Amino acid sequence: MNRDQALFEFLLRMGDSTLILSHRISEWCGHAPVIEEDIALANTALDLIGQTQFWLELAGEVEGKGRTADNLAHLRDAWDFRNLLLVERPNGDFGKTLMRQFLFDVWQSLMLAKLKGSSDQRIADIAEKASKEVAYHVERSANTVISLGDGTEESHQRMQDALEDLYPYVGEMFIGDKVDEVLVKAGIAPDPASLRAEYDRIVGDVMYKATLQLPEDDFAHQGGKTGRHTEHLGYILADMQFLQRAYPGAEW
Amino acid sequence: MVTLTRPSIDQVWQWLDTIPDPEIPVITLVDLGIIRDVEWQDQVLVITVTPTYSGCPATSIINLDIETTLREKGVENLRLERRLSPAWTTDWLSDKGRAALEKYGIAPPEPAGGPRRCPHCGGDNLEKTSQFGSTPCKALWRCKDCLEPFDYFKCI
Ligand SMILES: [Zn+2]
Repeated sequence: MNRDQALFEFLLRMGDSTLILSHRISEWCGHAPVIEEDIALANTALDLIGQTQFWLELAGEVEGKGRTADNLAHLRDAWDFRNLLLVERPNGDFGKTLMRQFLFDVWQSLMLAKLKGSSDQRIADIAEKASKEVAYHVERSANTVISLGDGTEESHQRMQDALEDLYPYVGEMFIGDKVDEVLVKAGIAPDPASLRAEYDRIVGDVMYKATLQLPEDDFAHQGGKTGRHTEHLGYILADMQFLQRAYPGAEW
Repeated sequence: MVTLTRPSIDQVWQWLDTIPDPEIPVITLVDLGIIRDVEWQDQVLVITVTPTYSGCPATSIINLDIETTLREKGVENLRLERRLSPAWTTDWLSDKGRAALEKYGIAPPEPAGGPRRCPHCGGDNLEKTSQFGSTPCKALWRCKDCLEPFDYFKCI
């Protein structure tokens, strides 16, 4: 695997994760429990779709086959997507959506902090831009997890259930492979495993404040980063890609 | 053949300073601080723009407005370039823009992370309703003196 092939894969991992999570939380638009939360979720989705645009645009450039960010988003099938399995998990209730968001936000903020020092200036620039937005996301999702975890008996139980359901999807963020090896060597991206200690510290601290118990078992589902997805991704793509599939090249 | 004199860089900045932000039309694109550079590269006028937020839906409208305005002024050859770094910061809002925001009922950004006073009554008994608002750049606050809700232009 040469450097550009590894870089292309890595950019898809970044861009597909923000794309699929953006789509997932946009499903809440008009359905959130209160209007402020509705707006917050829509704004977060918007930030994420904007970041997706940067990552996938660069992926297309690196690939050199003339594919745009839109082409990559709308005209690939599930096995070509490289997003984390975590972000394709169904929304569940509001608490579970925010738990998934928090688990992702912490990882994303640590990843972007490292990427700001990337030897590839284009990546460093995107990371600098995105990390400002993600600082807001993580602050909000952490606060919500704490309020709901340390809330009523019912909200506490729901958050504990959400954590147990989602935690097995956290490990995948930190598992490196050949792609990472090539990029670490080139100083482009960090070794994913190197983010784990800080991640555990932040998540542990928030869960403590939220009175939630982190599962002991650290079993990790994996496959998203290499294109082996759960059945949920297919449904997301069917929804998200319908228009471009049915009316190729449609613009408005 | 028509020979147009090339407008000066200052002239172009003045034109740009008449283009309203599509979402907060009381301030201009120059007030917002998103125009990073204006220069002639040979016969092409290059305008460098930075986005406020990555996914801000106003970005494409802003680009369109810049192009339309400058073409109306007779600029034939122009190119828009996007620059991500240094990332946009609310420190780049002009003083004129900050004053216009407050007059319009939007509290301008403060380094402390929250509004200094209520844009309606000037009171400082304030509380945050939500970190997010009607556009990516705003948060929702409420004044406990006059009981009015208001937008706060987030500091980033
Ligand atoms: Zn007031």
